[in-house]
Amino acid sequence: MPLLKVDKLTKSFGGLTAVSNVSLHIDRGELVGLIGPNGAGKTTLFNLLTGVYVPTSGSINLEKDSGVIELAGKKPYNVTKEGLARTFQNIRLFKDLTVIDNVRIAMHLNVKYGLGSAFLHFNKYHNEEDELKAEAERLLDIFHLSHKKNELAKNLPYGEQRHLEIARALATKPSLLLLDEPAAGMNPYETAALTDIIEWIRTEFDLTILLIEHDMSLVMKICERIYVLDYGMLIASGEPDEIRKNKRVIEAYLGEDVNNA
Amino acid sequence: MRALTKKNLLILSSIILTFALVQVLFMVGILNSFYEITIATICINIILAVSLNLVTGFTGQFSLGHAGFMSIGAYVCAIISMRMGSVGGFIFGMLAGALAAAFVGVLIGIPTLRLKGDYLAIATLGMAEIVRVVFLNLEITNGAAGLNGIPRYANWLWLFLFTVLAVVLINNFIKSSPGRACIAIREDEIAAESMGINTTKYKVIAFAIGAFFAGLAGGLYSSYFYFLKPDLFGFMKSVDILVIVVLGGLGSLTGSVIAAILLALITTFLQSFTAVRMIVYAALLVLIMIFRPQGLMGSKEINDILKFRFRNKDEKIE
Repeated sequence: MPLLKVDKLTKSFGGLTAVSNVSLHIDRGELVGLIGPNGAGKTTLFNLLTGVYVPTSGSINLEKDSGVIELAGKKPYNVTKEGLARTFQNIRLFKDLTVIDNVRIAMHLNVKYGLGSAFLHFNKYHNEEDELKAEAERLLDIFHLSHKKNELAKNLPYGEQRHLEIARALATKPSLLLLDEPAAGMNPYETAALTDIIEWIRTEFDLTILLIEHDMSLVMKICERIYVLDYGMLIASGEPDEIRKNKRVIEAYLGEDVNNA
Repeated sequence: MRALTKKNLLILSSIILTFALVQVLFMVGILNSFYEITIATICINIILAVSLNLVTGFTGQFSLGHAGFMSIGAYVCAIISMRMGSVGGFIFGMLAGALAAAFVGVLIGIPTLRLKGDYLAIATLGMAEIVRVVFLNLEITNGAAGLNGIPRYANWLWLFLFTVLAVVLINNFIKSSPGRACIAIREDEIAAESMGINTTKYKVIAFAIGAFFAGLAGGLYSSYFYFLKPDLFGFMKSVDILVIVVLGGLGSLTGSVIAAILLALITTFLQSFTAVRMIVYAALLVLIMIFRPQGLMGSKEINDILKFRFRNKDEKIE
């Protein structure tokens, strides 16, 4: 039984069908890539999965211990509650807040104290806040950010902002992590380091990961399976080697075969 | 509660000292009844500014209806304390007024808080006008003539107590997880939602808390100035509160407190120059906004500044 099962998902904006009849599945523990040329509908698909958009038709089923849950039509915060976390293509950190606050905000769902403790700072507040802080620092340690915990997020270098976004997503304790172009704008060294981190958090946090990426060195190295989107439609899926040789994928990226021209 | 940390003791002793100092100045007669009105205004404005700051500065929801919530608290407190005529009645009226304001805050917040920026400002402005017109036409509020002879229980002690209560509680809230959720909404609503924050819920909570404390401020106002009429709570009153918040710095409680004190003092000292009073006041606002567009404190609190000082000192020693 797959962790995530997407069935005939379609999203139309007026006359434009951004995602058309897409069916895919992700097994527990898998690391799956989603690629495609610019404008293929990859981010739209992410937005559908995370509840930012409501699908025109189709279903998104998430397997949980308690049973299968329909995610289509759920609000983003409820999707997160069910165990889906994401990063954004164009970094969306809380820029004017400190690094540690960025992570602490994402731990919001784990906080048990109520409004009373929030106003009066009972012992419960202090105990939970101490735990929260320690946990946030542990997460920051993984991404080598703990020495910058009191800096404003906007003052971090670009690569570290990307790392912080992943740390923040992990703070929501997801079972499925969606990464939207995590290596965008990184140099080859940074990309290599990121590749290691993604593989490491995957085992450490027992994660299933779906990632959008244009950097093929990263995709081909770590993804076990790849889905390819073009014009909103799924044109291929399979292991990296199959995708590399797939004629339709090459056509989508490079244009039609020269012999036909 | 970790009541007895060094920091809390320091805060507590400075609160008591402030109270005692003003109390002594009253008793010795250095502060006469003219200044007492200024001090009452300061206290009420601090509560109003701090509560509006929670909504506008911390949660990022631009509200122009704060005077509406204030008037609800004022009228409810006035009507109850006029009927009951005791200190208990005054306290009960204060709480009832604040809760009524919070309730209206929730009622109005649910439909309007899906609006953003300017649109929300207009909607809250409309809400405050509706509240004003309702009080203008009700029998129990005595319409345009207003309520006269409200028993005066609010004195320096009550004013001070409620002001400290408002600042401490709102400060605590901001430092908690629900408070951080509110700040996340201000920073980036889409990111906040994808971190599991129910943005509508927290906007309504912030709005209701803001309304609650505005209601308390209204109750204090009615009891201290013992006269109410709907005109007191018009659009200009909301703007006055907003000016304090923006001047002090959106997202700084310390800023709101400082700005409330500063503006009340300026108004008091300009009272002897009736002709140019409003011009000087307005010119000062323009000047401050030109040279400190982020407000007097920006989004910093007094702790941030003190911490920074200490850190600099340590570094020098090393």
